[in-house]
Amino acid sequence: MDKLNNQIVIDRLQEQFGDQVRVVAEPHDLLTVATEATSILDVLGFVKDDASLRFNYLTDITAVHYPNEERDFCVVYHVHNLLQNLRLRIKVFISGPTPTIPSATPLWNGANWMERETYDFFGVVFEGHPDLRRILNMDELDVFPMRKEYPLEDPNRVDKKDFYFGR
Amino acid sequence: MSKPITRITPNAAVFFDNDPQDEFITLNIGPTHPATHGVFQNVVQIDGERIVSGVSTIGYIHRAFEKIAEHRPFYQITPLTDRLNYCSSPINNMGWHMTVEKLLDIELPKRVQYMRVIVMELARIADHIICNGILGVDTGAFSGFLYVMQEREFIYEIFEEICGARLTTNIGRIGGFERDFNEVAFRKIEEFIKRFPPVLKEFENLFVRNRIFIERTSGVAAVTPEDALSYSWSGPILRATGVDYDVRATAPYSSYEEFEFDVPVGTNGDVYDRFMVRNDEMWQSLRIIEQALEKIKKEPTGVFHADVPEFYLPPKEQVYTNMEALIYHFKIVMGEWETPKSEVYHAVEGANGELGFYLIHDGGRAPYRLHFRRPSFVNYQMFAPMSSGMLISDAIINMSSLNVIAGELDA
Amino acid sequence: MSKVTLAEAPPGVEGAGFFATSLDKVIGLARANSLWPLPFATSCCGIEFMATMGSTYDLARFGAERPSFSPRQADMLLVMGTIAKKMAPVLKQVYTQMAEPRWVIAVGACASSGGIFDTYSVLQGIDEIIPVDVYVPGCPPRPEAILDGVLKLQEIVKNESLNRRNTPEYKALLEKYGIATDNG
Repeated sequence: MDKLNNQIVIDRLQEQFGDQVRVVAEPHDLLTVATEATSILDVLGFVKDDASLRFNYLTDITAVHYPNEERDFCVVYHVHNLLQNLRLRIKVFISGPTPTIPSATPLWNGANWMERETYDFFGVVFEGHPDLRRILNMDELDVFPMRKEYPLEDPNRVDKKDFYFGR
Repeated sequence: MSKPITRITPNAAVFFDNDPQDEFITLNIGPTHPATHGVFQNVVQIDGERIVSGVSTIGYIHRAFEKIAEHRPFYQITPLTDRLNYCSSPINNMGWHMTVEKLLDIELPKRVQYMRVIVMELARIADHIICNGILGVDTGAFSGFLYVMQEREFIYEIFEEICGARLTTNIGRIGGFERDFNEVAFRKIEEFIKRFPPVLKEFENLFVRNRIFIERTSGVAAVTPEDALSYSWSGPILRATGVDYDVRATAPYSSYEEFEFDVPVGTNGDVYDRFMVRNDEMWQSLRIIEQALEKIKKEPTGVFHADVPEFYLPPKEQVYTNMEALIYHFKIVMGEWETPKSEVYHAVEGANGELGFYLIHDGGRAPYRLHFRRPSFVNYQMFAPMSSGMLISDAIINMSSLNVIAGELDA
Repeated sequence: MSKVTLAEAPPGVEGAGFFATSLDKVIGLARANSLWPLPFATSCCGIEFMATMGSTYDLARFGAERPSFSPRQADMLLVMGTIAKKMAPVLKQVYTQMAEPRWVIAVGACASSGGIFDTYSVLQGIDEIIPVDVYVPGCPPRPEAILDGVLKLQEIVKNESLNRRNTPEYKALLEKYGIATDNG
């Protein structure tokens, strides 16, 4: 088997998806591609099952909030080909008051909690997720704390309203 | 031996209602149950002693690490990483330093890399000692735990020599270490690799061929490699299923490629195999430390950080006396440094599996976004589905063998 | 030679065949040297507590041989580690389940003040929800510090009057925390 490298991955993805998959960059040799929410499940399924790619290990799912961008949420998938030891990062930019993206749980069971965590922090809704609830924060919390507009500290605190702390 | 093979039903239905007519009983284990060694809540439905289904609730010590990290300069994030997997803090520290060094393209001198290897492997031993010791406690053997606890204290003594702290070590700086290992530290490390093998051997003898222990653990919570990979398991519990994925071997960092060590794997993926994999890993860690000590002797002495004054915090006495050091100190602390806008994913082999740092940097003082890929969090999600069909007592030792650390689970 | 030392007798009147002292002192002595700890360990400090219970430091030397995992039979609640807001009601429930007299040690920076985690999700010190007797600083405290905290608590226990738990001040204290008093 030939050694898999980033160029082969790019070629295979272009061949299969054409313009739907854009190559963003290769920071520190980690190929980063971007796609749309409508085709993310196809892309993930393809890179997982394709005989030459076989990115069969889901390392991580997370999201990033870019409040100043037009599409303000980026869902980031890290997948890993354990046999050839190559990683691939797939980004999906989405927007809207409730950013929505299909769930990867049909492909990997491990996606379940990763997506719940992402929902909990950013409010990204994963369609088709079997049990999309908050996971780390309290159920009563009504905000998505990792969004940039929310402060780190509890805004309801009174004990720090102090001359010396200056607030 | 006929043991029930665990049936894995992903996303099994969960019933919460306590209907007195129901043949099943709903039992709440946790979040402060003594058998769970941490803050985990599992609501299980039981049929007699057997679990029908369960659901895990986590987040009881959620501390918002990722949010804090967006407000802290890089060097202040090291203490946060301490508190992820607090049983093996140095691995987390080193993982974070290496992530930043990857971002900044800092190449470390060989000696520093070997020093890091020593610290990380000591931490791995300390972590595996706890996990295997606790597994012994949960299967009814307290003395093994007490034996190896002494050695863990000795590892903490070494950490104290190196950095001054026992548990939350905060070892190292971006670009190396804050100070050289002193004579005592080296002497203690050498003493440790002499005195630990007999203790580990004794500990091993208590369990490996022990009929009670084998009956209790063999075949319990057996996981197939396919399931393990589908649930993104990593670390010793994945290797116990037979998948030889170890970040140290596949993507060597800190010069692990120069070391000779085996990656132990199991065959059944059950609790016994996990115990054995961890046990063997301790032997391998000892091998690595021995080699690292040899290699360090061949390197020039006194080197403990890379020569990158613009990123490495200068020693305090120089800050007070040296203009250049003062400027660099100011720049690093205030975040006025020239850093590339980039993103990095760096993974290290933590004691529980692949510990990843996904760092997005926009050139500012703090990371734009820092995500921790926490092995405990990913590994633990299979616990509830895999528990269905298991006896409660088996589920308890299954949880101990997963070695889920609450700090890493909840971040 | 045995290394066992006896607890010092409280001041009193001694004569042939009798020893008279106040009941408070005797009971305080007995209580102080048989504190049953309830380790409420959530994070890092819990690991240090494990070392404290382990062979090198051995908390059992001070009369805390038996960690009581049932709050009903525990005297001393050791809160070790970060208490998130999600956890706060659980901690309060554990405290209310304990029988009087009960004492609380906040071990570590997180339990004492929230520590380095000044965030939306972390309770800024357990004294916001339950009364605390002894604070142990450190992140995490060394086992010696935890032992010192227990010894400090022993002093408090020794000198506590039997009536304290029935005083209006104590009831007012519990009421401030919204905890019902069960002895009156």
